[in-house]
Amino acid sequence: MDADASDAALVARCLANEPGAWDALVDRYARYVYAIAARVYRLEPSDAEDVFQDVFARVFERLDTLRDAASLRPWIAQTTRRCAVDALRRSGRETLVDALPDGPDDGLAELDEAMTVHAALAGLSPDCREILDRFFAKDESYRTIGAELDLPAGTIASRIARCLARLRDVLEPDAVSRAGKKSDRPRVG
Amino acid sequence: MTTPEERIAALLRALPAPPQGWAEAAKELPVARRELDTIVERIERDAQFRALVQADLEEALRGEGVEPTPAVVALLRQRLAR
Repeated sequence: MDADASDAALVARCLANEPGAWDALVDRYARYVYAIAARVYRLEPSDAEDVFQDVFARVFERLDTLRDAASLRPWIAQTTRRCAVDALRRSGRETLVDALPDGPDDGLAELDEAMTVHAALAGLSPDCREILDRFFAKDESYRTIGAELDLPAGTIASRIARCLARLRDVLEPDAVSRAGKKSDRPRVG
Repeated sequence: MTTPEERIAALLRALPAPPQGWAEAAKELPVARRELDTIVERIERDAQFRALVQADLEEALRGEGVEPTPAVVALLRQRLAR
């Protein structure tokens, strides 16, 4: 199932008040919303938290107004952008948006790509998912990961490399094989 | 030139987990909505209470025994805006 179809099904489950559906939506988009607020718009932590909660409150209250359920991701992105710009305006830092080196659009395009990679983690074993998430997304050290997962710290690097190779295989082979040239950055999605 | 694995690693780093508790608070919105139902009804029929909410939403929530977390405050603002 592609991401749009999967989102449409999730929206339908939420609108039907199916148990666990809202939690699944939050789990799917929490990192995305946080990354837009904190990384693309570089909000201070307290502003980022307000934006994060405001976005999910809006989505929760207005999900029934979404005309095309498959458009959930762009809708959430747009809602987050608006909330983030409002937060910058309130704090008098609105000019920061123009000063961003890559601009918000480039940042969002990269996050869309990152969402595709993150979704592909589902195709890995739980062990691989956990070790990649701990190292790359939670920024944990080899020592911390080793202690938490009861693994020798010296084996963590090789496990990460092996899991990354598996994740590469899960992603579209053609797109990934072209990775590396900045001008020909892979659309892994 | 970066390898596919390096590019994938960079994309994994691009989506860090939000701080502890943020997603959990957002997951409580269905429960918070039920808690806010009576408050929203009172706002609609009680002009004095409505003025209190407009003056200080967080204090008004505390007065009703509801903790004004960022998630609850955001949800009430959304409900009042609709």
